Amino acid sequence: MNLYSLTAHELNELFKAKRAKPQEAIDSLNSRIEEVEGKVKAYVRVNHRSQIDVKGVPVTITDNICTENLFTECCSKILEGFKPPYDATVIRKLKDAGTTIFDLKTNMDEFAFGSSTENSCFGPTRNPWNTSCVPGGSSGGSAACVAADEAIWALGSDTGGSIRQPASFCGVVGLKPTYGRVSRYGLIAFASSLDQIGPITKDVEDSALLTNIISGFDPMDSTSANIPVPDYTKSLGIDIKGIKIGIPKEYFVQGLDPEVKILAHEAIAKLKSLGADYKEVSLPHTEYAVPVYYIIATAEASSNLARFDGVQYGFRTKGKIQNLIEMYKETRGEGFGEEAKRRIILGTFALSHGYYDAYYLRALKVRTLIKQDFDKVFKEFDCIVTPTSPTTAFKISEKAEDPLEMYLSDIYTISANLAGIPAISIPCGFTKDNLPVGLQILAKPFAEEKLFTVAHAYEQNAGWYKIKPKL
Amino acid sequence: MSIDKKTVEYMAHLARINLGDKELEKLSTQLDSILDFIDTLKKVSIEGVPPTSHALPINNVLREDSLAASLPAEKTFSNAPSRKNNFFTVPKVIE
Repeated sequence: MNLYSLTAHELNELFKAKRAKPQEAIDSLNSRIEEVEGKVKAYVRVNHRSQIDVKGVPVTITDNICTENLFTECCSKILEGFKPPYDATVIRKLKDAGTTIFDLKTNMDEFAFGSSTENSCFGPTRNPWNTSCVPGGSSGGSAACVAADEAIWALGSDTGGSIRQPASFCGVVGLKPTYGRVSRYGLIAFASSLDQIGPITKDVEDSALLTNIISGFDPMDSTSANIPVPDYTKSLGIDIKGIKIGIPKEYFVQGLDPEVKILAHEAIAKLKSLGADYKEVSLPHTEYAVPVYYIIATAEASSNLARFDGVQYGFRTKGKIQNLIEMYKETRGEGFGEEAKRRIILGTFALSHGYYDAYYLRALKVRTLIKQDFDKVFKEFDCIVTPTSPTTAFKISEKAEDPLEMYLSDIYTISANLAGIPAISIPCGFTKDNLPVGLQILAKPFAEEKLFTVAHAYEQNAGWYKIKPKL
Repeated sequence: MSIDKKTVEYMAHLARINLGDKELEKLSTQLDSILDFIDTLKKVSIEGVPPTSHALPINNVLREDSLAASLPAEKTFSNAPSRKNNFFTVPKVIE
């Protein structure tokens, strides 16, 4: 048995029974990384190792969550060399819970701007199921390393689908918790009203375990919710008989890959066979989610990324400059990648005098309508089930030159961030090309327990989690 | 057309980002088509709809104004690309 292939709950059992030691788990992961990382490229800065504190199950972190004294560069040149002077709240919680913070960080789209992990200053990550395909993004490195058994479990961040879409593309479990469930302190901000940290795991039980650890109120994040955290593992193994599921018709339209559609319908049929009731519902403002998102998220990003100016941390231009403004401009022109510049400039536009009402304020109002669509459905239904992404993993560089096409790959995941609701992606089968497909389950705010109950019932019955990529 | 090259250039200036000529050209075309797509929002009736800037009803989070530990100076400055003692240094601002 290889320790690297286990889940966290399986490893915990072995540690408790004294049949394995935490250091052996680290060694096992390192040998696996040695074996397959060349093909997957899930991690960044692989030559910088500094594993010191080995206690419990190792957990892998994306490059945008602050880890004291470990490189945290958001896969951007502008944060070159940044080693945070403090830990994010989730990291502190993980350490307090007795886990080991793995000393390598995972690859991602620069500042989480992207859906393919191609916009990284370290180069793209590859999908373990087919290395000519992308792993999804932005937390593609985390999803790929969990799928490839280069990690036991991992954290990522989700602003418009950046946990769920790569989880779907890589055949693993990804949860975006309710907005405010997990502290954002120490998560390098992309869009503050949408960002959440969440787990990427090999199964639903690990997802519940990791959510237990990272959730909770934090005085350091004024948007974190002061609402008690239940023990999510108690939501597992519960009968789903009588659970009411809504199937939004707007998610089963043109643009949805026929194979994905079939697998999603088969999963819904399976949920029915387990006792759930389902009915078609409508989320009429679905088509506006992507345009609303690309105004709100870029507006917030343009403000959040103003801090990268070559003064306090990261990169500063080496070019000859005359004055401070020029230093800012050169530093940001050289330090940000193409997609980051595109989004900062779009966001600046949406917030600027003369365009604010027409773009930003309008987007905030349509966001209200999108949220109200969900409120209405959740009055009658326990959860909503959809495909996670309209397609399976696409080829590397297939969409790289067409930003709009890339934005549309998040069409099913973005609404959950706009509405602030929790959503989970779990594997629901494979296409003829042997690429994984993800099923998304959404619930009302702070109803993660419902997600875990339904996801676990389906997972244990369907058994897809047992199938691993051949690398 | 939703945005022209001149506007993109001005926005880049506001955002303090230098763009090369080719970059500006490419970005202008891309942003124009992205904004055309975003313009579908004009179809939505938003009369009387309040804006949502946060999904959860959290307002005015206050805390006691009490003394707490903060990062020591050495740690705070440890990532500075350019520093002199406990100061960040920047190009001359006043002529």
